[in-house]
Amino acid sequence: MLNLSIPSYPDYRTELWHGARDSLPMLVGSAPFALIFGTLAASSGLSAMATLAMSLFVYAGSSQFIAISLLAGGAGLAVIVVTTFVVNLRHALYSATFLPYVAGLAQRWRIPLAFWLTDETFAVVQHRYGAADASPHKHWYYLGSCLAMYSNWLIWTLVGGLLGHAVPGLDQMGLEFAMAATFTGIVVPVLKNRPMVAAALAAAVVALAARELPYKLGLMLAALAGVLVGLWLESREEGAK
Amino acid sequence: MSNDELLLIAGMAIVTFLIRYSFFALGDKVHFPPLVKRALRYVPVAVLTAITVPMVLLPDGQHWHLDWRNAWLLGAVVSGLIAWRYQHLLSAIGGGMAVFFIARWLLA
Repeated sequence: MLNLSIPSYPDYRTELWHGARDSLPMLVGSAPFALIFGTLAASSGLSAMATLAMSLFVYAGSSQFIAISLLAGGAGLAVIVVTTFVVNLRHALYSATFLPYVAGLAQRWRIPLAFWLTDETFAVVQHRYGAADASPHKHWYYLGSCLAMYSNWLIWTLVGGLLGHAVPGLDQMGLEFAMAATFTGIVVPVLKNRPMVAAALAAAVVALAARELPYKLGLMLAALAGVLVGLWLESREEGAK
Repeated sequence: MSNDELLLIAGMAIVTFLIRYSFFALGDKVHFPPLVKRALRYVPVAVLTAITVPMVLLPDGQHWHLDWRNAWLLGAVVSGLIAWRYQHLLSAIGGGMAVFFIARWLLA
């Protein structure tokens, strides 16, 4: 048989594995959140089945936390669903950012990849999509990150639900720092020109100033400010040339 | 699982999926104008910075912690320096985490 494979690209299995492997800091960083979610959900009045079902079907950490705190406070169903919508709105930005990369894929790919699109997977995968090589298997990398993050989230939700409050202090260990380190390591090398630096600074300032706003609205405002400042500086520099 | 729980989870799952799927659904039917394409290039930097900076400067979510005894800040600065100098993500994460845990242990 003729072997016409292009040796310079990793094959799909390597991409799948690398996607899972590169998500490792995110797995470490999100495990405490899933564990705490599992333990807290019981005290908010959610049944064990519903707790697991929420991680299984909603799969969006911050909105799951907000949902159980609203439940514990006696909020109604409509309030929780609307809040979930607002809190998760930032995912539309991720969806738009990835569209050029997934546009050529069949729906049977796009539907699960959309379902599994989280902050963590977005961070890891946009780094891969941004890499210079033209590998045709980058969606396998995306899938690898998704599968690792999803199974991790389910397992730790289950453990949290089962153990209840048996593992005290896990939230005090600072494992979430793995996420901060990863996001920092991804952002810093991209800060190569003035518009990018200004976009990051604007986003940071607005995020800090608006951090008291409810439902992660501050995050949306910060993203918007960063994008606008970046675009504005970019067009000014274009004009100066 | 009660009916209320079922409705709650179904509602949350549907809105979350529709947001995530919103642009993916369009596929190659949509072509962003050049301005939108340029704008989207700033999204990762803006969002990730907006998530990280408050986490690092206010580790408890409420109080500013702007001094060298802030293990979050020390760790993130080291991650940033390694990433900037060596362009190697895993070293940046590993180095930052090492400094973070050592600092927490020393400062405890």
